[in-house]
Amino acid sequence: MTPATPVEEAPILEAVDVSLRFGGVRALTDVSFAVRRGEVFSIIGPNGAGKTSMVNCISGRYRPTEGAIRYRGQDVTRLRPNRRAAIGIGRTFQNLALFGHMTVLDNIMVGRHHLMKRGFLPGMLYWFGGAQREEIEHRRAVEAIIDFLEIQQVRKTIAGTLPYGLRKRVELARAMALQPQLILLDEPMAGMNLEEKEDMARYILDLNEEWGMTVLMIEHDMGVVMDISHRVMVLDFGRKIAEGTPEAVLADPQVRRAYLGEADETIPEAVPA
Amino acid sequence: MDAMTPAGDYRTSYRADMTIMATRNSRIALAVGIVLACAAPFVLDGYMLDLLINIGIFGIAALGLNILVGFTGQISIGHAAFFGFGAFASAYFHEHGVAVALAIPLAGIATAVVGLVFGLPAARLKGLYLAIATLVAQYILEDFFARAQWFTGGVAGRMTEPPSLAGWVAGRPESYFYVVLVAVIVMFGAAANLMRTRDGRALIAVRDHYLSAEMMGINLAYYRMLSFGIASFYAGIAGALYAHYRLFVSVEAFTILFSIQFLGMVIIGGLGSIAGSLMGAAFMVLLPEVVEGLANLLTGSAIDRALRLGASISFLREMAIGAAIIVFLVFEPDGLARRWRLIKAYWKLYPYSH
Repeated sequence: MTPATPVEEAPILEAVDVSLRFGGVRALTDVSFAVRRGEVFSIIGPNGAGKTSMVNCISGRYRPTEGAIRYRGQDVTRLRPNRRAAIGIGRTFQNLALFGHMTVLDNIMVGRHHLMKRGFLPGMLYWFGGAQREEIEHRRAVEAIIDFLEIQQVRKTIAGTLPYGLRKRVELARAMALQPQLILLDEPMAGMNLEEKEDMARYILDLNEEWGMTVLMIEHDMGVVMDISHRVMVLDFGRKIAEGTPEAVLADPQVRRAYLGEADETIPEAVPA
Repeated sequence: MDAMTPAGDYRTSYRADMTIMATRNSRIALAVGIVLACAAPFVLDGYMLDLLINIGIFGIAALGLNILVGFTGQISIGHAAFFGFGAFASAYFHEHGVAVALAIPLAGIATAVVGLVFGLPAARLKGLYLAIATLVAQYILEDFFARAQWFTGGVAGRMTEPPSLAGWVAGRPESYFYVVLVAVIVMFGAAANLMRTRDGRALIAVRDHYLSAEMMGINLAYYRMLSFGIASFYAGIAGALYAHYRLFVSVEAFTILFSIQFLGMVIIGGLGSIAGSLMGAAFMVLLPEVVEGLANLLTGSAIDRALRLGASISFLREMAIGAAIIVFLVFEPDGLARRWRLIKAYWKLYPYSH
């Protein structure tokens, strides 16, 4: 599949020489890259390569020890995580992080938090402070996402009781409800069967092309990554070893080494599909 | 658990889908319940009304604690101190010329401010550490009550007056009942509204998964503090209602045991359930009555002679409360609210259990 979105040149996200250390452990070392607006950008790499650490630096869970993260030209390295939602960065988690006791609908409505204005007082008064009107407005937006991800039937189900594949989808819905310009997906297809993966790949393409979100994705399934990404970055032991189009990255000898080990350079089919 | 909506219940607007009471029958039941409650003073005697008033007052305070513990996932073992602060504050305001009807909400706001101050650690602490921090609030406030004569009347306590409106004085249980009824409806309605709007969802999100809540744009420190503020506001209102009912507020009343009773109400009623808060309060108020009734029934029997029930009735009441909390923690951690849902579900499906 060839990526169809016209890709603008101005980067929406830049990481400049980002290093992250936990005591003596170097999770990331001088990683620099730029994600262009409208792209599907994937980060791949073996286990423990620092992919999730990188995403955590972007979403604000971790603060890089050195280096800077720039989002739309603004330095966000030290910005608090909850402020990043408001400027348009949304994310999903590798290990499910839904609000387990809330309904699916409420989970997604939480995503609208930063777009809503009515606080606890109008909330308590409900009918008199505009809270009801605001709820209905945002409910409409949430229903559009529910329709898009085809989760109408579980709208009122408690999120913690859903099967795994659906929970992943609800988490995507919640991140989409933020109306992010940049959406970070941490292994959106982990643990899914082929059919679910195909569905998810289609959703990711649609939210990139139709909803206009720039996607930064971590994924292990090479087939999916190579099919839907515009560009790919490869991390190994916290260092960037390659970046470029899927074809170029696949052909890179360093990447082959990282995935297959030093001795196996002679194997012709380098990366499992 | 999925909401059990009956067949044929089609909602055609978002507005209809967001109501507090999901079905027509539940709305009718609520209306009938309120009408019956309004009729209570004409039917019940003073003693029964006194019990109902206590359930209402403690129910409001328990709801506040439930917003903090059940909905936000924080902990507080100083709730009775805030309840007490509300009682003294309202009596104090009234003595300085504020009408009772105004002194009660003012006391609620004052208590909320105090609660926010003691809630400051909540922005950073969790679990056991926060429990200790709120324990500190309990003892600091108790000490303050004993020393601040200007505010509390010191060891002598403080007298106050019942609410009055244009010559009508709500000084007896028959009339004060309506004051509490209105307060209960307003406070429970406000909490139900809160939980179906932005900030209520934010509180629950903080409880369920604070890391992803933060990623969704929720300011954790703000909402943890806010929860303390709201909980204290409810405690303050309840305390103020208590003061103008008993007409005398004593510094010894608001001990840590009382705080633990509030926690008991919340656990027994159901953590994270609005209606459960009232059920828990009712349970805690009625349980001692039931125990006493049982003891009276057994008067003169062999058991009575062996255990001397009449003499040890006060211990028995305390023990019954403790035992009830343990029984609920073991057998029904989700409280009476869940039991009630199960009973409703059972009748809906009867006679087929699946």
